[in-house]
Amino acid sequence: MEILQTYNSIVPFYAIIVSIIAVPLIIISGKFPNLREFWTILAALVKFGLVLSLLPGAMEGKAALYSLLEIAPGIELALKADQFGVFFALIASGLWIFTSFYSIGYVRGNDERKQTRYFASFSVCLSATIGIAFSANFLTFIVFYEILTIATYPLVIHKENKEAISAGRKYLLYTLSAGIILIAAAGLTYTYAGTLNFNPGGIFESIELSQGGATVLFLLFLTGVGVKAGIMPLHSWLPAAMAAPTPVSALLHAVAVVKSGVFGVVRIVGFIFGPEMMYNYGLNNILLAFAGVTIITASLLAFKQDNLKRRLAYSTIGHLSYIVLGVALLSPSGFAGGIFHIATHATMKITLFFCAGAIYVNLHKENISELNGIGKVMPWTMAAFTIGSLGLAGIPPINGFISKWFLGVGALQANMSIALIILVLSGLLNAGYFFPIIHRAFFREGKNLEGHKEASLLMVLPIVITAFLSLLFGLFPDLFFNFFTTAVNISNSVLGGFLR
Amino acid sequence: MIERNLPALIPLIFLASALLIPILGLWKKKLAYPLAIIATLTSASLSVYGFIYVLLNGTIRYNFSGWIPPIGIEYVYDPLSSFVVLVINFITLVVLTHSFIPVTIDLEFKQTAYYSVVMLLLTGFNGMVITGDLFNLYVFIEISSLAGYALIAVGEKKAPFAAFRYLIIGTIGASFYLLGIGYLYFMSGTLNMSDLAAIMPMIKDSPTILVALILIVVALGVKMAIFPMHGWLPDSYTYAPTSTSSLIAPIGTKVGAYAMMRILFFVFGADYFSKELPVGDLIAIFACGGIIFGSVMAIAQKELKRMLAYSSVAQIGYIGLGIGLANPFGFIGAVLHLLNHAFMKATLFFIAGNLRNKTGNSDITLFDDSYRKKYPWTMASFTIAALSMVGLPPLAGFFSKWYLVLGTIENSKWLYLAVILTSSLLNAVYFFRIIEKVYMKSPAQSKDSGTDNFEIKRDEVSASMLIPTLILAIGLIVLGLLNVVIVNQIYKMMPVGM
Repeated sequence: MEILQTYNSIVPFYAIIVSIIAVPLIIISGKFPNLREFWTILAALVKFGLVLSLLPGAMEGKAALYSLLEIAPGIELALKADQFGVFFALIASGLWIFTSFYSIGYVRGNDERKQTRYFASFSVCLSATIGIAFSANFLTFIVFYEILTIATYPLVIHKENKEAISAGRKYLLYTLSAGIILIAAAGLTYTYAGTLNFNPGGIFESIELSQGGATVLFLLFLTGVGVKAGIMPLHSWLPAAMAAPTPVSALLHAVAVVKSGVFGVVRIVGFIFGPEMMYNYGLNNILLAFAGVTIITASLLAFKQDNLKRRLAYSTIGHLSYIVLGVALLSPSGFAGGIFHIATHATMKITLFFCAGAIYVNLHKENISELNGIGKVMPWTMAAFTIGSLGLAGIPPINGFISKWFLGVGALQANMSIALIILVLSGLLNAGYFFPIIHRAFFREGKNLEGHKEASLLMVLPIVITAFLSLLFGLFPDLFFNFFTTAVNISNSVLGGFLR
Repeated sequence: MIERNLPALIPLIFLASALLIPILGLWKKKLAYPLAIIATLTSASLSVYGFIYVLLNGTIRYNFSGWIPPIGIEYVYDPLSSFVVLVINFITLVVLTHSFIPVTIDLEFKQTAYYSVVMLLLTGFNGMVITGDLFNLYVFIEISSLAGYALIAVGEKKAPFAAFRYLIIGTIGASFYLLGIGYLYFMSGTLNMSDLAAIMPMIKDSPTILVALILIVVALGVKMAIFPMHGWLPDSYTYAPTSTSSLIAPIGTKVGAYAMMRILFFVFGADYFSKELPVGDLIAIFACGGIIFGSVMAIAQKELKRMLAYSSVAQIGYIGLGIGLANPFGFIGAVLHLLNHAFMKATLFFIAGNLRNKTGNSDITLFDDSYRKKYPWTMASFTIAALSMVGLPPLAGFFSKWYLVLGTIENSKWLYLAVILTSSLLNAVYFFRIIEKVYMKSPAQSKDSGTDNFEIKRDEVSASMLIPTLILAIGLIVLGLLNVVIVNQIYKMMPVGM
């Protein structure tokens, strides 16, 4: 158990509300698209800057603490920007900048309706995500988690066709049910442990729980966050949510919402239960089982999908469970690898989703079977797609290789060779469902592609940058933001001296 | 000086205006409404002052005509009763502001009588809450009930029948109550609540007391509309005029809940009714039944007011559950929900009233996305109230559920926990259905054209109806964030020994 050094600072609060402030500005600028988009970009840049300013302190082990108000007896609505929080917030806010530019290109290229509602909801979602990242205790986490659910709903149903509305209903059904279960889990934890504050190494230190009680509590928590984390069998909202516009799928369903889910899993495993409790009650094995099944099943189901976004959705489900697997291993490399995968998967997957959107806007094609020959027409897009795919399959020097490597080492450290086998198998399956897309794009002849060129710069530039970042972080994992070192630090602070 | 008279002053202001309004109204019809507002404003201000005073200085006891209890009738203005009085009078103030236009339209020629009866209703409610005498409680139950029947009966075509049904059921309930306190008087020789509470340990083992307890619980259960004594509620809320349902729905059942709390916790004692007898569990089980029944029935409704009526049955169930748990968190949850639900239901019935004012009906099947454009603020308030009812933080509704959850865990009542959680999901179904209809084009419409064929102009209700709606809706956010401030006061309201 580590006692975190904290200092009072209002910066975490500002980081959250900067995009809330943007919302009324976006709404009143509704009739002036360029001004309206300016607010989004400005909010994104300021948010990223604020979060970045918290990084040096966090790296030194000092967390910015800001308490808003007492929201229940003994529990405060409080923000604490510890290393893990800053890590997640950086990824989310950084990628929001790219997604904002990409969004502009997408919604204008597609001439979408209700653009004001789109940009306003996006801003609220990012506030909620940063709120989740900086939550100091589980009740604050629940507050922002539920706000995220409600704020993403207008984005999921954006197109307002039958598919979107049905996807929205499914999304709400799953996420609201999960939220309710989380409330029960929080109530139980508060009653037994007397606190809901996140603490590296867990908060149940000297509390005796029965095996059944601990298992039930863990399963409640897991169900609560497992929906957003895409753990099977709670995952089916994710492929359905692909009815949303692609930037939504890219940032929210590959970075913000689903990563909030796995963020929750890591918080629960490392900061509420703690490695000792997870191991002593065998809870890590339960987690491992769910993760393993999810990885393999999702990878297999990805083959079946002809719709490009749905294939990416199943790939996301699989990769989210890499993270879950990593923390379930409770070994230094495994835990660190899992956390680092949050960052690497984000850049790679967002690239792929961006590509899918560009293909849709540019060529109006959604299905893989129609993608023959598009590499000649959209070379930059498909090159980026290739980089992302290679990384997800775990091929160096893309950053995906590094997280996978450490996950594998972590599996060996924990003497769980089954996990290693799952990882290797999944890598092969990844290659199996991505490479045919690349093959079709570059090595087959396309029809009706004359006269088409690359997608608009607003879309292609973010695609190229995120792909390039995947490569760059693969070569220099600690560049700029020390993502890798941070992941290791977090792992150490949680695991402490724990040995299996 | 005024403080010592507050317990009597607050109900008497309403009584005085109830008598004054017809007199002055015969002279000038237009005076009825201003008189009612002035009376309510005065009482509400006194309620605020009284509540703060009581929290700082302790309970105020008032003996009518100077007769000392237990011979005389005593009014007890303690933290709990002053809080409930504050909620009732504040909500009434907001409702009366909202009701000006609906009453002018629906009840044009009966305004004077209507406002007079409203004042009578409030006299009854305030009297019920502040009194410290069991028989006096009966008197005021009857006053408020009779006033209530009249206010409901002036509604639509089916209203008189709904009111009549309420009258029958309510009178039976009141008779049970009278019988119950008769037995109590027989066994103890007193009708004063504090006195009876002191005598109770000596007489509680007698079967007469048990019968009296059951009779009183059933009677107050009718008033509170706990399942299965809720039968009068759906029709009454649906067919009553806008102003009546806005008034009765948020606070009518709450006074019944308060009376149940007062008698169970402060006269019989929590240990007696929940630990020695299984009455607490019985109340909780029936409340759970009401929660599920109300939520499921609400999903089946096609008309907004009827849906809100069944939703109220479910929400009262939460308060009943809190009472039945008989532990600190349950108590806090019940009292907090009394406040939160009053705000939420008032907002929702305001919205039903707003829609009826503009379109003539509140039929859910006729909602479509033009409502979003025509009534943006009303629908925004609806969204906030709906999210609060579902229990999404940081809105008020989440916190009453949080305390109830903690209360069920404290007693290890896993069934009740599951009921609370499931009902949140059921609530989401019937509220999000409306939100979907209002904020999105139906699939059939979106196929026709990509753009609207004509500009749908904003046609929001007038300020006197809109502002109360918004005030309450924003209040839900405030109540949610500041719930700890309120809860800290609720700790002072708990009976000794909890």
